[in-house]
Formats: sequence, structure tokens, C-alpha cells
Amino acid sequence: MEIKRGIPVSPGVAIGTALVLETEGIRIPRQFVTKSQTKNEVDRLHAALTQAVADAHANQEAISEKLGKQYGAIFAAHALLIEDPELVREIEQLITTKNHSAEYAVSRTMRRHAKTLEALNQPMFSTRAADLFDIEKSLLKHLVGHQGDPLQNMQEPAVILAHDLTPSETANLDPKFVYAFATEAGGKASHTAIMAGVLEIPAVVGLGRLLMDVSGGDEVIVDGNRGVVILNPDEETRERYLVLQRQFGNFAKRLDELRDLPGETKDGTRAALLGNIEFPQEAQHCTGRGADGVGLYRTEFLYLNKTEDPNESEQYEAYMAVLRAIGPNKQVVIRTLDLGADKLFHRPDILAEKNPAMGMRSVRLCLRNLSLFKTQLRAILRASHHGDVRIMFPMVSTLMELRQCKMILGDVKEELEEEGIPFNRKMPVGTMIEVPSAALMAEEIAKEVNFFSIGTNDLIQYTLAADRTNEHVASLYNAGDPAVLRLIDHVIRAGQKHGTEVCVCGEMSGDPLYTILLLGMGLRQLSMTPQNLPEVKKIIRSITIEEAKQVAQEAMRLDTARDVNNYLREQTRRILPEVVVN
Amino acid sequence: MTGESAKQSVVITNPQGFHMRPMAAFVEAAKRFPCNVTVMRAGMHPVDGKSILGLFELVAVPGTELIIEANGPQAFEAVEALMAIFTQDFEEEHEAAK
Repeated sequence: MEIKRGIPVSPGVAIGTALVLETEGIRIPRQFVTKSQTKNEVDRLHAALTQAVADAHANQEAISEKLGKQYGAIFAAHALLIEDPELVREIEQLITTKNHSAEYAVSRTMRRHAKTLEALNQPMFSTRAADLFDIEKSLLKHLVGHQGDPLQNMQEPAVILAHDLTPSETANLDPKFVYAFATEAGGKASHTAIMAGVLEIPAVVGLGRLLMDVSGGDEVIVDGNRGVVILNPDEETRERYLVLQRQFGNFAKRLDELRDLPGETKDGTRAALLGNIEFPQEAQHCTGRGADGVGLYRTEFLYLNKTEDPNESEQYEAYMAVLRAIGPNKQVVIRTLDLGADKLFHRPDILAEKNPAMGMRSVRLCLRNLSLFKTQLRAILRASHHGDVRIMFPMVSTLMELRQCKMILGDVKEELEEEGIPFNRKMPVGTMIEVPSAALMAEEIAKEVNFFSIGTNDLIQYTLAADRTNEHVASLYNAGDPAVLRLIDHVIRAGQKHGTEVCVCGEMSGDPLYTILLLGMGLRQLSMTPQNLPEVKKIIRSITIEEAKQVAQEAMRLDTARDVNNYLREQTRRILPEVVVN
Repeated sequence: MTGESAKQSVVITNPQGFHMRPMAAFVEAAKRFPCNVTVMRAGMHPVDGKSILGLFELVAVPGTELIIEANGPQAFEAVEALMAIFTQDFEEEHEAAK
């Protein structure tokens, strides 16, 4: 049994077998075989050994020629390792006595030895563990053969362990088959975290070194409440977690009872609680929790993993699917494409950028690809005829950009008008406030839009110049940082002054730690991952608006993120002791 | 002849210790002889000299003393050939490094 600690990003407890995603994506298809298959597994093992030895010799020759004999000799050592009598005996034994599949036996054996080597703590020899992983990969490659994307064709549910998951990997996951996620990299606001929340799957990220200690097929517990991952738990721990799993289900059930109650304070101040969604099916997650609408409908999924841009009717259908689920009277805020050029693989004009986070993305990309942009605007406008659709532009950094977006929207409206296609002429237009320049110019921008939505994830990242997924600087990235709070405060006041509605749609709005603060700062709209709705609602229903204002005033006076967070944690616990604040 | 046995000790002087490349040479050489070959570090169990994984476990950093032992046919020749690796093979490497 081994216990790892990371950052909890999506609550819940899961117990299951590990599916380990390596950088090369080799997956161990099954862990055990029947007794009668073991002979076949040993044969497969030997075939793979022979092939891997041949590979090593081929490498030896190629590298010797290229770099010199002494470098090629490393692969001679690899060949010797692959056919090492002790190693082969050990692998065979796992197959014949423990009914392991050849793949699982290889992985277990190599990892055991790699770990022993690492434990010696001799930097001189530490690269040898890497040699063993190299060999493991080579053997698995021959055993498994050509395998498609391991996440695509999952046969049975598993706990996914990876260094990190890309947005497209997560987007393609089938939640029916994923009990939980655990990743080495990532912070509270990484894509893995966001997606895990969306899919309502327990998740822990930022675990540090994890993959080398686990083989595909090992039993794993992921505790998304406390940020703990347990490898190969003992019987007692397993029992304890089975109980915890049931208890968590009960707590969620109690929150469920809040569904039909309004999000209002004890003294009757009403806050609209909205859901963030990415896929049309998630609209049900919002309605199921009594959301007041959809405050952020991300549309990137329409563009990811495509061979060409999505056409107008495809988009229109996706928007209509959400409108049908939410109903005609609740708001649905559709955000236009918020992707970097680096994610649109199907487009011929993609550039390699040094710094994609500050490069050609979102409206910047759309404003330079007008046909792409106009297609989306047409689809959104057409959908606006059928419900309370609002459009929102992401990543706006200057007033000029916003004006350009609005001008193009105007062009598209004219086109539709000429074609006699119905749409809502008064469809509200909003802008995300997620670039510090836009936050500072909020007064001016407020005069030209109907609403703001503060995208705290990017706003924090850009304000503190810290990549939230880089574990080395992730601690700088903090929603409670006074610099961030001052920007948010400025945006709220600008909105109030000009009658522009202000919403927060970043992770911060769904984090119970910040609920009292945001309410007290004057926000009356919060949009969050649907699963956070009940808890946030419970906090709002437990305070008066005066209390919240006092807490916000006090928090705004503090100098550091740590002081702010400590203070908020204390206040939240005082008001609602049973809430889990991290 | 099967009773034949030989034993010699060597101190690792190479600044990188007994590392992958000489290990590979050692195992390849050992495999050419029919006798058993073991390598032992003071106070530890002997490891199989024909297993590179076994040699890994020696963690022979500079200054480590290793005892090389062979039992069975051609034990003497084996130990002699294996001892040569520590002088000859490391030297070649120094040459190559220059």
C-alpha cells in the first residue's frame, strides 16, 4: 500500500483498477488471464523479448554509427537486460504462478526493479531506472501491438492515472468508464480539474511522481475530498473507503434537497446561480440542480478533433439542444470560440507559437478568420429566436477588439435580416473580463455591453503571470490574491455604475471558500460547474447580506492571498461548519 | 574438472563506478564461459555475473571492492578474462573520452 497526496479538484471517492496513460499511451489491456492461457502468455512474452532484443541491437548499430561506439554500447546493455535470466525468470513466474497477463507481469517486474534502483538514491545510477522504463515500453509495444487511443475504446471502468490529460483527451472520455482521475501535474484550475468537475468524477491532481510506482491493473483509491491517492490499499483501508464512499453519497443527497429552493440570503437578497457547461448533455446537470440558467456555454468542443470547421447547422443544433433542456425563459450565455490556434489541428494556417497563452487565440483568432467567426455568430443568432440566448466574447483585451466583434455581429444580423431568418434583435451582448487590461478598462467597456462575466481562471493567470498547470509556480496562482480581488472589485463597481450586469464564471465562483466574499463584494450572479451549485446555494442561504458585506470588507483589507484565504476559511466554517473548504 | 574454482578481487577506480557499458562487457564475457560466475560486494549476497540486473544491484560506486568468483569448467580463464575488463575496458573508455 502506498499513499500519495495531491490537490483535490473534484469531490467524491472512487475505488477501481488503474489505467495508466504513459506519454506514449501504451495501455495494459488486461491484468489477469485464466490458468489455461498462461502458456500462451509465456510464449507471447518470449516473442516480445526476441523482438525487443532485435530492436536494441538495431539501435546499437544505428547509434554507434551516428555518435560513436561507446554510445551504441548503451543499447547493447539494453539487449542484455531484456534477456537477463533473472528478469525473464521473474516475469515468467508472475505469469505462471499468479496468472498475470504478459503485459502486467512485465510492467510489475520492471517497475519493481526501477523502484529499487531509485531507492538507492545514488545519482550516479539513477538513470538506470529510466533504462528500465525504456525497456518496459519496448516490451509492451511488442506485446500490445498497434493500439489506438487507449481512452477511446475502454472496455471496463477504470481509474485513470496520467502525467496530465490534454483537453481533447478529457473531452473524449466516456464518463461511464471513468471512476476517477489522478494526475502528476496540474493545479486547481487545470483542464483535468475542470473536466473532472464537469463529468462529476472524483479527481486529484498535482500528485508529483506517481506513474513509476503503479502498474496498469493495480487497485487504486482516489479520494477527491481530501486529495489522497492510495495504491494497492490493504484490506482495512479498502473497507474504510467503502464506508466513506457511501457517506459521501449521503451528503450529496442532502444537498440535493436544496434543488428547488432559491439562492437567496436569510434576509432575502437573491443571487442567480448558473451552470457552466461544455457539452449539450450537461444542461441536465444544471436543471437537475435547480440552476437559474447557463452562465457559460463553452463551444470549443465543436471545434476540437475535427477534420474541418463545424458548419452552421451543426452548431445551431448543439445550441438548440441546450435551449430545449433549459427552457425558453432561463438565460443561456453562449461564449464564442475560445481556443488557441495551437488546438485547431485541422486548420492549415496554424502557427507554431512560442507562447500560445498570449498568442493567437479566442477573439483574436476569430477576428482574423471571419468566415469561421460569422458561421458561429449566425448559429447563435438563429438560436436566439428560441430562448433567452446571450452572446459573450472571450479574451477581449481592448475596447477596439470589442467594437470589432460587435461590428461583425451587426453585419451578420443584417445578413440574417435580408434572408428573412428570425433572431432576437435585442440579444444581450457581453464580454468576458479575463485580461487585466479589460478589467482596468471596465468602466469604458461597461458602456458598450449588456453584461460582464469575469473569467477568474485567466484573470488570475495573467494578473500574477503564473501558469496554473505548472506545479512549480501554481502556488502563485491564487484567487484570493489581493491584486485579483481589487481587479474584481473594480469591475463590479464599473458594472454597477453603468447598469451592466456582472457575473463570475471562473472556478472561483464555484469554490465555497469564496462564496461569501463574492456575494459581499456585490455580485448577484455566479456561474459554476453544476455540481458546485448546491453547496454554494447552501452557503448563500445561511448568511445575511450584511454579514457577507462585512466579510468582504474585511477580506479586502488584507495584504496577502494567504491571509485572505485563512480569513475566508474561518468565516465560512463559522457560518456553515459542515461545508468542506480547502 | 567440474571442481575447478577461481576467485579474485578488484577495487573500482573509475570515477563513474561500475556502470552500464563495462557491465554489459562483463556479462557478455561471462556468458562465453560454461562455468558459473558470481560477483560479491563485501557484506552482501553474491549476484549472478551473467545477469546485468544482478550487477545493477551491486551499486558499485568508486572505491567499492568486488570479489569475482567462478565455479566449474574454465573457471580460471573466466576470472582472468573478467578481471581484464576492469583494466582494459575502462582504459579504452578513457581513451575514447579524450
